[in-house]
Amino acid sequence: MCGIAGILNLTDAASPSRDELERMIHAVHHRGPDGYGFFSHNRVGLAHARLSIIDLAGGDQPIHNEDQTIQVVFNGEIFNYLELREELEKLGHQFYTHSDTEVIVHLYEQYGDKFVDSLNGQFAIALWDNNKQRLVIARDRAGIRPLFYTETAGRLYFASEVKSLFAHPAISKKVNLTALQEVFTFWSALPPNSLFDNIQVLPPGCMMVIEQGEIHIDRYWDWDFPNEQIDHDKSADEWAEELRSLMIDSVRLQLRSDVPVGAYLSGGLDSSVLTSLIKNYTDTPLRTFSIGFEDEEFDESSFQRDLVDYLGTHHTHVLCKRSDIGEAFPRVIRHAETAIVRTAPTPLMLLSGAVREADYKVVLTGEGADEVFGGYDIFKEAKVRRFWSHAPDSEWRPLILQRLYPYLKHSPTASGAFTQRFFQQGLEHLKKPFFAHIPRWATTQRIMQFFSEEARAAAPAVGFSNIERILPEGIEQWKPLNQDQYIEAHTLLAGYLLCSQGDRVAMANSIEGRFPFLDHRVIEFAAKLPSRYKIMGLNEKYMLKKTMKGLIPESIRSRSKQPYRAPDSQSFFKDGKPLDYVEELFSESRIKQAGYFNPKATNMLLKKCARGKALGFGDNMAFVGILSTMLVDDQFIRGNPE
Amino acid sequence: MSAEAQIRNYILENYLFTDDQSALDSGDSFLDKGILDSTGILEVIYFLEDEFSIKVEDTEMVPENLDSVNNIVAFIGRKSQ
Repeated sequence: MCGIAGILNLTDAASPSRDELERMIHAVHHRGPDGYGFFSHNRVGLAHARLSIIDLAGGDQPIHNEDQTIQVVFNGEIFNYLELREELEKLGHQFYTHSDTEVIVHLYEQYGDKFVDSLNGQFAIALWDNNKQRLVIARDRAGIRPLFYTETAGRLYFASEVKSLFAHPAISKKVNLTALQEVFTFWSALPPNSLFDNIQVLPPGCMMVIEQGEIHIDRYWDWDFPNEQIDHDKSADEWAEELRSLMIDSVRLQLRSDVPVGAYLSGGLDSSVLTSLIKNYTDTPLRTFSIGFEDEEFDESSFQRDLVDYLGTHHTHVLCKRSDIGEAFPRVIRHAETAIVRTAPTPLMLLSGAVREADYKVVLTGEGADEVFGGYDIFKEAKVRRFWSHAPDSEWRPLILQRLYPYLKHSPTASGAFTQRFFQQGLEHLKKPFFAHIPRWATTQRIMQFFSEEARAAAPAVGFSNIERILPEGIEQWKPLNQDQYIEAHTLLAGYLLCSQGDRVAMANSIEGRFPFLDHRVIEFAAKLPSRYKIMGLNEKYMLKKTMKGLIPESIRSRSKQPYRAPDSQSFFKDGKPLDYVEELFSESRIKQAGYFNPKATNMLLKKCARGKALGFGDNMAFVGILSTMLVDDQFIRGNPE
Repeated sequence: MSAEAQIRNYILENYLFTDDQSALDSGDSFLDKGILDSTGILEVIYFLEDEFSIKVEDTEMVPENLDSVNNIVAFIGRKSQ
């Protein structure tokens, strides 16, 4: 895993200097503490910060082809590089390293821009073709590795993180108020928006080609669920057998490394699947890491212990206290580079710190299984709401809602008739692809009531239908669950779980996460599964559970899903008083200076949280959303240290 | 302070985060106006049980009793009889 940065002149501007590239790449030292590499030639400059994982001695970047006319810097891993290398060598290509990076330049020589279709991996790639004077930038299919860019004063600047761009004096720093509203609706800004004005993200599965001063972006891959590809003929047993083989192969590929690989273990189904496959089907010694909480509501330690005992793994457990979250949160925002509405990335940053302390650089982790195999409560909730919408006056149909959210202390389904009214929201939007997400987005949008008049006036209001900007043609024809999966994969997964809660908090401690459930072959396989094999009745991830029968403890295979969560607003108060930095950032003067929020309303929220009266999601998301926005403003706009 | 004023102030301070009395009509539906979410109603119940020394039964957790300041005032009145 690594960090990349670069500059391309789109006009006859001054050549990128070594000093400019050094400033940019030094800002992401944490992504690659094992060394820097640079390439510059007339119009282009590339920089690389290396975390050595494959070909420790020979894998320094940039890496080039035989005649050095193609240069590449790359953040990530190409898991099928051995097979690709063999194929390319047969075609006459000569390699000078043993790294996975080198297959990229030879694939590009062989197949042009189609090279990306051959890659099984997680990556952000910048490739310079000197003969054609073109720059190709590509990002992996699911959005595991980040890539930001901006165009200003005749130059394109790009980097793994925004802080590299902000390290360049030509790039201005301002929060994009449309993107902030998107975070406060969809949990992440919608691509190509980042949280910052004029800084874009290259969306997952996209390639950007810059040639003769023109920038073209094309999507080379997407989650796709056409009805005709769903295979209704195969039996459940056949599906399970194929899935098991595929998951074994995905795990086997993702264990490729020249340094030891560990695994996160949450106590839930997904990490149990991965650890069990490692244990049963590979020679890799199993080394696992887990996080637990003092608060019983969030803690899954007993399930983690069950699995550790069952698998006999060498295990490290990290106990996370509320005060740990409050203390570490500013550093999380420094790495996440966005406002967020949950504190949940924070314990994962502490966990990646424990991995680093154990001298590990790489961990396998279970993200993506819920999106791929239908694991989220929101999918089940939508199934019930759709069932209800067939007879909106029915008294018994909505009673099934009471079977949702059994793990929540303050369950939204605890208040009977009110629950029904809440989930009744948006029943009239049954035909919209975002029908499932309306209750979540409505709750999240409550944060907007804290905006100042100035912030409201500065950008057009963001509504649910803004999501249509990123939806593919024909999605209305897909099965409802597939629509829900697509939106979840492009908002929660790509925009939050894989970045703020994934890449960023792992790379904060120079740790690479790997995601076997997001192997594109697994995603494409699951896209053909009939919906009933994803959610059978209200039994989530049915096919994945079936596939793992006999391989994981029954107590874990049959337990109800408990989503990973962490204490929110209560983490920032001690004895009813806010932590010093929280008090400072919520002060009237700082709130007014930043300008995003109404000082009086934010103060009332602070007091409510201090009294311990903020119990619901709405207040907690508002508090975390406001605090994280103020930290973004403090650290990135005003340039104060963490 | 009347029960209505107490409840109004509680809703204004804790859910609308303002002391502007014009922000809330006593007949406004909390759910229709987006003032409360479904967990918010549990907080209101805690408040009512604390402040008015009543116990809200599960069967009483219905919008007719709890979905506006007016509904709550009437509900408390009935409970106190």
